[in-house]
Amino acid sequence: MITLQGINKTFRIAKRQAGFSRAFRALFSHEYETVHALKDVTFSIRPGEMVGYIGPNGAGKSTTIKIMCGVLTPDGGECQINGRTPWRERVAHVREIGVVFGQRSQLWWDVPVIDSFELIRDIYKTDAKVYKRNLCELTELLDLSETIKTPARTLSLGQRMRCEIAASLLHDPKILFLDEPTIGLDAVSKLAVRQFIKRLNAERGTTVLLTTHDMQDIEALTERIILIGKGQILLDGSLSELKERAPEGANDEEMVAALYREYEI
Amino acid sequence: MMYRALFRIRFTNSLQYRAAALAGLTTQFAWGFMYVLAFAAFYRSNPAAFPMTFQQTVSYIWMQQAFIAIFFIWMYDNSIFEAIESGQISYELVRPMDLYNRWFTMTTANRLSRAVLRCLPILIVAFVLPEPYRLVFPGEWARLGLFVLSMVLSLGVVVSFSMLIYISAFSTINSIGTRIVVGVAGDFLAGGYIPIPFFPDALRIAVELSPFGAMQNMPLLIYSGYLTGSALARGMLLQVFWVVILVCVGRVLLNRALKRVVVQGG
Amino acid sequence: MRLYIKYFSVHIKSQMQYKTSFFFTTTGQFLVAFATFLSIHFLFDRFDSVGGFYYEEVLICFSVMIMAFSISELIGRGFDRFPMLLGNGGFDRALVRPRNVVFQVLASQVEFSRLGRFVQAVAILVYALPRSGIDWTWDKILTLTLMITCGSVLFFGLFVLYAAFSFFTIEGLEFMNILTDGGREHGRLPFSVYGEGVLKFLTYVVPLALIQYYPLLYLVGREESILYALTPVLALAFLLPCWGFFRFGLRHYKSTGS
Repeated sequence: MITLQGINKTFRIAKRQAGFSRAFRALFSHEYETVHALKDVTFSIRPGEMVGYIGPNGAGKSTTIKIMCGVLTPDGGECQINGRTPWRERVAHVREIGVVFGQRSQLWWDVPVIDSFELIRDIYKTDAKVYKRNLCELTELLDLSETIKTPARTLSLGQRMRCEIAASLLHDPKILFLDEPTIGLDAVSKLAVRQFIKRLNAERGTTVLLTTHDMQDIEALTERIILIGKGQILLDGSLSELKERAPEGANDEEMVAALYREYEI
Repeated sequence: MMYRALFRIRFTNSLQYRAAALAGLTTQFAWGFMYVLAFAAFYRSNPAAFPMTFQQTVSYIWMQQAFIAIFFIWMYDNSIFEAIESGQISYELVRPMDLYNRWFTMTTANRLSRAVLRCLPILIVAFVLPEPYRLVFPGEWARLGLFVLSMVLSLGVVVSFSMLIYISAFSTINSIGTRIVVGVAGDFLAGGYIPIPFFPDALRIAVELSPFGAMQNMPLLIYSGYLTGSALARGMLLQVFWVVILVCVGRVLLNRALKRVVVQGG
Repeated sequence: MRLYIKYFSVHIKSQMQYKTSFFFTTTGQFLVAFATFLSIHFLFDRFDSVGGFYYEEVLICFSVMIMAFSISELIGRGFDRFPMLLGNGGFDRALVRPRNVVFQVLASQVEFSRLGRFVQAVAILVYALPRSGIDWTWDKILTLTLMITCGSVLFFGLFVLYAAFSFFTIEGLEFMNILTDGGREHGRLPFSVYGEGVLKFLTYVVPLALIQYYPLLYLVGREESILYALTPVLALAFLLPCWGFFRFGLRHYKSTGS
């Protein structure tokens, strides 16, 4: 069970000046901007649910995920995940979640992927039997039996992403956060990843929260959508509800674009 | 015009990092001061064994710290190495500019901008320090002029020398080795660790004739007043000689390396 | 500890993939230290002593400093490279893993090329020890061991401090080099050589002199009191503020994420 209640977060960002004379002046003074990354963010997710978290770039998606992972502490508000506050009981909390940051790798670059997996097993102190079972299952489902023998740096993006997902699931997490898992993947890999996530959710009942810009991910995977813009939750409902608000005959991309326009984000 | 634009971009980029500049200044100042103090201790232990006057040594160290970005070989332009090693070089070849000139300008601009940012504060502080740790203004304007001229020449030697190291990256898989080994050895021979007059005589004479002796050694010894008269003239002629030689060698090697890249489809 | 060994073997495997790079970086490390050695050597060609210390005594001082530095760099490189870990998201990854954060930072890097410096230190020590005129009784051996071990710990503390600062500024970090690289480079001469002010600063503020100058006095027989041999132990207290500041930085990071 995930509940977020009135989460707030602000950042102070130094402005970088363009141009020669301005750059020179910036030597002596900085201007700061306050950015409200999250404003009163509230939602809850039931165990076993699969939710798509969408919004334009800079809307606050990653910030929310970072808070739910215990990486960031919010300025205010409450967050309970499996009965814990992530940033207060970090170690116990992260043992039960899996995270994939789509643009960043968790694998050790120069050693065979299987070595990374074994190291991750030791980091999580995963039970040998559980690890073995998961490894077999994951390599089969994600078609990795050959891939894991080669170093991560030699993998294609699609292969690597499948390895990343496997790495995040070796310790049997109850909740999986996926931050743009299909970014940059080719069609085949995208389909494989989607199919796998769906199966994971159906068979193991893993709760999945995924952020994406690809509406086909949403279409294929999630019933429920949470839309965030400028740090605020704008919409929390089903995909069909969302479609009703869109103009007739619009495809997914147009629908989202229309939605962004409607909320002026 | 094109080179001027390039120059401006580099310069503005470096200016953005004010905290970095400030931190760099403090570090360098402390670093220089520790050197001065160490030499002071050696001087106290036996003034007669000092090859230069203490005053000259102090000036040497402060000017070296102030213009560190100009004088030291290891202040490479890493973007050039990256361009070569990542294969991005093929894009560079598409642009209608001579590659040697382009890199030469880039590196020079980079070094100059770093030096300009850093030199003034260090110089000001070094000028107001108490005796005998103070940086002394050279008595005559002529000497100052010769110093500036010689510094320009030594920038030429350093840049054209480092061009050779950039070019060598074409033929080695991994340039890190060359970068470090040549950088450290070169800067040592150039007088970056201790001034060349402190070297044993045989080594000193050999180094003075080499391109390393034409780097920081010349302007620093001119400023401090150690070098005068015919030795000074001879040294500056050697500087000109080395700039010409190194630029020519660099151009030939670069052309050869580029031909290989084009043939192999780099 | 077992997990650290696992990390260790992953690092060995990784670095063995780049043998040439490893070789050259190690050679480079050796050369940097060698250039410093040469400059000392050239100077002592002209001068008999500096600040009352002779060539072999200075060499002991020099090798102890680079040895301590290279040991702590080999192990604590993760903190030295911490800004990179922050920049590439590696630290966020550490935060979503169920292990102690400091342990993970420590294990994130082990750089074997630093052995180049270590080898140089050993060579100089081997040269200088028998020629220094020191009678190597057990208390002198203990003093030397304390200088090296406590010195490594002290440098490690400085790396932690460096990492802590990088939570706040990346650009301004260079000033920490005065203490880390500067401590190593200028530590080639006993700190008393640099005068009263520097010695006081390095005794009471950043206690580098506690692992260098004071025990050296005992080593060369200029001080008889065993207290001088034990000063390196005092330097360990420096870890506390470094550690505290790192915790503070971590809290700051968690509330700003930058």
